[in-house]
Amino acid sequence: MSVYIIRRLLQAIVVVVAMSIIVFSGVYLIGDPVDILISDDADQEDRQKLIESLGLDKPFHIQYLTFVARALEGDLGDSFIFNEPALLLILDRMPATLELAVASLLMAIVFGIPLGMWAGLKPDSFFSKSIMAGSILGFSLPTFWVGIMFIMIFAVIMGWLPSGGRGDTTEFLGMEVSFLTWDGLSHLFLPALNLALLKISLAIRLTRAGTREVIHQDYIKFARAKGVSTRRVILVHVLKNILIPVITVMGLEFGSLIAFSVVTETVFSWPGMGKLIIDSINLLDRPVIVAYLMIIVFMFIIINLVVDLMYSVLDPRVRLQDVKS
Amino acid sequence: MTAVTEPTAVDPVKEESSSQKDQTPFRRFVSDFAESKVAVAGLIVFLLIVLIAIFAPLIAPTDPYDLATVDILDSRLEPGAQMMSGTTALLGTDGLGRDMLSAMIYGLRISLGVGAASGLIALMIGVCIGLAAAYFGGRTDTIIMRIVDLQLSFPSILIALVLLATLGKGVDKIIIALIVVQWAYYARTVRGSALVERNKEYIEAATSLALSHRRIVFKHLLPNVMPPLIVVGTVQVASSIALEATLSFLGIGLPVTEPSLGLLISNGFEYMMSGKYWISIFPGVALLITIVSINLVGDRLRDVLNPRLSK
Amino acid sequence: MIRHMTRFSVALVVAAVVSTAAWAEEIRIGIYSEPSSMDPHFHNLGPNNAFMAQVFGRLVEMDHKQKLQPGLAVSWKTVNDTTWEFKLRKGVKFSDGSDFTADDVLFSFDRASNYVGGNSSFRTYLKGKTFKKIDDHTIHISTESPYPLMPVDMAQPHIISDSATGTGKADVNKGLATKDFNQGTAMIGTGPYKFVEWKKGDRIVLVPNPTYFGTKAKWSKVTIKPIPSAPARVAALLAGDVDMIDNVPTTDVERLKKNKNVVLSSGISNRVIYLHMDQYRDGSPFVTDRDGKPMAKNPLKDVRVRKAISKMINRDAIVARVMEGLAIPAGQLLPEGFFGVSPNLKPEKFDPEGAKKLLAEAGYPNGFGLTIHGPNNRYINDAKIAEVIAQMLTRGGIPTKVVTMPKSVYFKRASKGGKDGQPEFSFILVGWGSGTGEASSALKSLLTTHDKSKGFGASNRGRFSQEGVDKLVIEALATVDDPKRQGLLAKATELAIGTHQGIIPLHYQVNTWATRPGLKYRARTDERTIAMDVLKDN
Repeated sequence: MSVYIIRRLLQAIVVVVAMSIIVFSGVYLIGDPVDILISDDADQEDRQKLIESLGLDKPFHIQYLTFVARALEGDLGDSFIFNEPALLLILDRMPATLELAVASLLMAIVFGIPLGMWAGLKPDSFFSKSIMAGSILGFSLPTFWVGIMFIMIFAVIMGWLPSGGRGDTTEFLGMEVSFLTWDGLSHLFLPALNLALLKISLAIRLTRAGTREVIHQDYIKFARAKGVSTRRVILVHVLKNILIPVITVMGLEFGSLIAFSVVTETVFSWPGMGKLIIDSINLLDRPVIVAYLMIIVFMFIIINLVVDLMYSVLDPRVRLQDVKS
Repeated sequence: MTAVTEPTAVDPVKEESSSQKDQTPFRRFVSDFAESKVAVAGLIVFLLIVLIAIFAPLIAPTDPYDLATVDILDSRLEPGAQMMSGTTALLGTDGLGRDMLSAMIYGLRISLGVGAASGLIALMIGVCIGLAAAYFGGRTDTIIMRIVDLQLSFPSILIALVLLATLGKGVDKIIIALIVVQWAYYARTVRGSALVERNKEYIEAATSLALSHRRIVFKHLLPNVMPPLIVVGTVQVASSIALEATLSFLGIGLPVTEPSLGLLISNGFEYMMSGKYWISIFPGVALLITIVSINLVGDRLRDVLNPRLSK
Repeated sequence: MIRHMTRFSVALVVAAVVSTAAWAEEIRIGIYSEPSSMDPHFHNLGPNNAFMAQVFGRLVEMDHKQKLQPGLAVSWKTVNDTTWEFKLRKGVKFSDGSDFTADDVLFSFDRASNYVGGNSSFRTYLKGKTFKKIDDHTIHISTESPYPLMPVDMAQPHIISDSATGTGKADVNKGLATKDFNQGTAMIGTGPYKFVEWKKGDRIVLVPNPTYFGTKAKWSKVTIKPIPSAPARVAALLAGDVDMIDNVPTTDVERLKKNKNVVLSSGISNRVIYLHMDQYRDGSPFVTDRDGKPMAKNPLKDVRVRKAISKMINRDAIVARVMEGLAIPAGQLLPEGFFGVSPNLKPEKFDPEGAKKLLAEAGYPNGFGLTIHGPNNRYINDAKIAEVIAQMLTRGGIPTKVVTMPKSVYFKRASKGGKDGQPEFSFILVGWGSGTGEASSALKSLLTTHDKSKGFGASNRGRFSQEGVDKLVIEALATVDDPKRQGLLAKATELAIGTHQGIIPLHYQVNTWATRPGLKYRARTDERTIAMDVLKDN
């Protein structure tokens, strides 16, 4: 087991290093940020000074080696734009993204599982067909388009909810969170729902498939034959059997929620990491781009590892050797 | 979106065992498919869309890229208004004076083109790699599948972000990004079903006849892994069209001069608050119809090709 | 009757409360671009400088029309050819209560000009100058040669307190790290507002500075929210999430004008949008003949061709259709009313016939092919303008392709993306904002001969070069006498643009702010959005 974990971590390091080289060189080739950063009034000498102060005058391999040397000391470089450590900038924004992703995940489970069970239990009813049609819409509609529509309808036309931003935050377990204030919640609702749509569809489909498989099993038939009430059959037997796999798969989707929050954060001006990376790509802020991608890739590898380990705990038939191949 | 494909464990063995003698597999497949009227409607709409895209220059009322005929004085006309050239702009014009209908027809062409081109290339790459993994097995298989699993553990948008941050903008770049995003799905699907086939008697027979590797792989293995590939393919095309639209919306996708549907929506996004609804709503609806029709077809295909779920 | 009375008096009381409360009101402003730092010397960039003006003071201030006003200096004059004297304001206190003196000025200038690790180009305004403290409230600034732009330069760098302490290394940036500013410990200024907090990407909060020497700030609390997406900004205003937004997208202006819950304030800016043409090399990379083959001779070197292109452009159509009326056709570098503007240069009239004739005269009766390159996220509607210019040129007989790209890629390529660090493109769309509020910076950067050693023609991406223009500009930059300098700058502009068409000006941008009813914004030519210019509309 520990050999397995060590091997996975080594693999993670290889991936992170490879990616840092690719991204570092790619951004280096695309352009330099000097022309965006510098004011119109500056002359050539000022320009040269800026290039030197950012270290962009040195050959590529020197720039990269400097970066690696500093990275080994835990310093991923300073943002060209903000003049602050890229790592801190990102960690500073992380709670906002995590909060959004967690809220979406909860929404997906809370909305998705009941709807999916309904669709699975009464597959031929009109409502079930509507749910399934809705779930196709749910993963066909591009997130950004739905987000725009949400803003149009709920913020501008109806005026029910704010159009963007994060609202009031309070300190909770050392993190700034917004779900504890009414203002914060009202800001959180639309973006979280927007991000959750895809996962709600996924939860509906998984639950429906699971429900349909379960209700044909002998023990359910047996329970019914024994005269157990329909409600009890559903709540105890069906739910118990589909809940664990569905929630596990949804947990797997957590990483994808973090990645897709890029879109939602852009539409709703949500001050998380995703918005930061898009801004940084547009401004060629290389230290932030590289640091963000390294952090998020590493995060993914950890999430995947945790999920694999959890699988092996939950389902003894899966041994770790099987997982890795 | 891509995650939706994951539960697609298509099992060709079962399909074979449930075959009836009075029907060819293809006929049975067609009649199964046609049971769902929604799916048939989806298919018809999709075929129409493809035809429109292919024959765009013949169908579109104007050429939205011909700068000699596009006139800024025609900009932001309402649907049904007449343009300077005398043509009626059925769906209005955009901020530059392009006929919306024509721009959408051409945009559809670009969206489908990007989706299809990247899908096909990814399919070919994925099939070759997947077949190689299944056929050779052993170390080759382990290494390939480790790369595939690693890649699939990252969401598509993240991979696309890495690539576009590294490559810059452009049609070619976004196609590359979409290929990289997709190939692993094909590779995994092909390998999965090819492994099942590999252990069957006819392959063993072919091997013992000393047929060439290539012949065995392409003549015998490939045809048998087609059904699951078709399912994965439809879903992938839909999701790559949506992904392209999203990336273009974020400003890191296609360049603005020859816009895809996604870019038309994102251009129209500017007009969201201005009451000029046609500039963004119509391309949005077109994109929606396209993706939904593909997904309806894909959904039905999955049910038909996978009897276990279609009960 | 009594009931009526009561209601009436209640109304009175309410009115009284409201009117006194008007002086203790909060305001929330949605802005397009967030400052990149709170460190006033880190980055000489529009959004940063705009924000800093609320917290820090400068020796010389610019009003909303960029006219110079006394700031921390009450007066300035030349004491000899090469020395300026600035008299500092007495009795000014920083927000931490410490006194403002000449030492703070020298401290700030020293930090700004020797800034390490930043994007500081405040060096631009401070280099080549020697600063000397005469007494606590007098400083002398001397240069090697006569320097007329001294007051303009002194209107740029912000003054910080020399008593501020920070966490940085003592020998780097006076020990004040960017972090100290971003977290607020070093945010000690003499401006009308005091810094409270900055949550990156979310908000900046300000409250009135009790020690401010001028009229006390009107707003009891200012919350600045960055909302980069244009429709989202408008939506936030319409939904009442903010009281004001800047950079109102031109596309929404028509609709917002009709909306009773929105008040628009707009004003011309110091930014001109123009076309630069490759005028120095034959075989220019993006000039072809009609069949798309490269041309040996570069037609853009011929002034008749440049004039013909200018005549093909229907500036009124661009203003009306692309800019929705929020622009003014341009004929030179700065709009009327600015220092150094020529009264004789008018925007070129749309004249397709005249253009055809000139093309034929120059030997191109059948035109030639061209590609226009432009940014797509830098100026208002930049990509659309490029498209429309291509439409107009194509109609005029010069089939033109359009390529637009994000500014991050565009400016590097436009400045030095070609062979040997030459400009890569042949025909480009660019803009220029005169931060100094007069014509010399634009003339010097855009229309003098490109010369790295002298710092001339830094943004001359078409490499326009005329000895006469160079001479006039050099002379103007050494003339302290204002009327005389104004004349020289006007003459240089006439020669460079009127006679030689070194660039083709298109239009001046008009900036628009939108507020809720009861407020208005005093539009600024320098495009800044600051709380001091948000006024009550009564």
